Amino acid sequence: MIESIIGLWTKYDYVYLNGLIGTLWLSAITVVLGTLLGTLIAIMKLSKIWILEAITTIYIGILRGVPILLQLYFFWLILPKVVPFALSDTACIVIALIINASSYIAEVIRAGVQAVDKGQTEAAKSLGLSNRNMMRKVILPQAIKNILPALGNEYITTVKQTSLASVFFVAELMTSYKTVQAATFLAVPSLVITGLIYLVVTTILTSGLNMYERRMQINER
Amino acid sequence: MSDRELIRVENLCKSFKNLEVLRNITESIYEGEVVSIIGPSGGGKSTFLRCLNLLERPTSGKVFFEGTNLAEKKVDIDKHRQKIGMVFQSFNVFPHLTVLENIMLAPTLEKNVPKEEGEKQAIELLGRVGLLEKKNVYPNQLSGGQKQRLAIVRALAMEPDVMLFDEPTSALDPEMVKEVLEVIKNLIVSGMTIVIVTHEMNFAKEVSDRIFFMDNGIIEEKGTPDEIFNHAKSERTLEFLSKVL
Repeated sequence: MIESIIGLWTKYDYVYLNGLIGTLWLSAITVVLGTLLGTLIAIMKLSKIWILEAITTIYIGILRGVPILLQLYFFWLILPKVVPFALSDTACIVIALIINASSYIAEVIRAGVQAVDKGQTEAAKSLGLSNRNMMRKVILPQAIKNILPALGNEYITTVKQTSLASVFFVAELMTSYKTVQAATFLAVPSLVITGLIYLVVTTILTSGLNMYERRMQINER
Repeated sequence: MSDRELIRVENLCKSFKNLEVLRNITESIYEGEVVSIIGPSGGGKSTFLRCLNLLERPTSGKVFFEGTNLAEKKVDIDKHRQKIGMVFQSFNVFPHLTVLENIMLAPTLEKNVPKEEGEKQAIELLGRVGLLEKKNVYPNQLSGGQKQRLAIVRALAMEPDVMLFDEPTSALDPEMVKEVLEVIKNLIVSGMTIVIVTHEMNFAKEVSDRIFFMDNGIIEEKGTPDEIFNHAKSERTLEFLSKVL
């Protein structure tokens, strides 16, 4: 077993590394754009404008209530038909991943903001702070601490979920597994290699987030 | 105390769902005046106070501050709130900022006070309330009394024309009540207009120009401390005072 793993790695390392690059790229774009979109959705949901609140509630409800694989299929089928320009499979899947991640991230941000004591809002308002300054200087700095651990979990989930893109043969790690497996018929060793690479990525991400969290807490004391 | 109206509410009503909390209140607060609001819990004291700076939006009625009806939608409420200081029962100091930063935040953000000037003013204010040696610590290292003194000077840093106190000593350990009341007394000596919701009857008796007794969403009785504490006319006032004195 060990020999076959090592053998597979020496022969096909470039396939896995290419897959890793694909996974990192997919993850990065999903995390960054998912966070931007998620923040926007969270702000809309917190806006107290009922129409925005209603739209975002439905948006979040559907995306969190339907399997992500189904969503990938849906966007993969529907997007090329509704946009007036050519979209690659990869582009469809990236958009679907971003939209899915945004719903989870929006909920994390909303909960973090709402967990800040109401007295903080009242104190800021009573001092005459504008809504913008209140958010920037009083609410968000405190919300970040509530948000960060949950957001870290979301990011790690996002990295792992990019593996679903392999269903559509988007270049990433899980697709690399399939490629090697198809060429060699060695399924388990290829799975182990792929799993180890995922583990390295998520472990680095987790310890990075933990370090950042600790630093935030030290600043507070 | 002058006879210039600083705050005037007209036909102020406030309901939460079906519960009427304030029922058609018309009243004035004059410049330099110290008004204490007393009465049983649920009588509308805090809601009345919170309507004065629109932390609660009135269901109907007008809230004039320095001649402007704050209840009108087009009013830039933030600008007016800068002139109305407020101190809460639960302190509500900013936990992520140092003592100094707590005080400097609003003046530097909203009044464009330069940082050095804001710091100078903050240090001067901290000196007045005996918190100077705490200027660089975070609020989690302060006692309740110290937090409340910080909250008071944070409001004063905006140089308000009136200070609203919402049960400022109710969340404090008994031995810390005095230090906060001392700070408020010094503020009164300086001529500040003050409206304070309080359960400290002796304090209210000692410092107030007028006392409002609120119950059932109305100002049931009002007058000088002597009129309220020694010659109350309303049954409800007498009943309340008999319980708390």
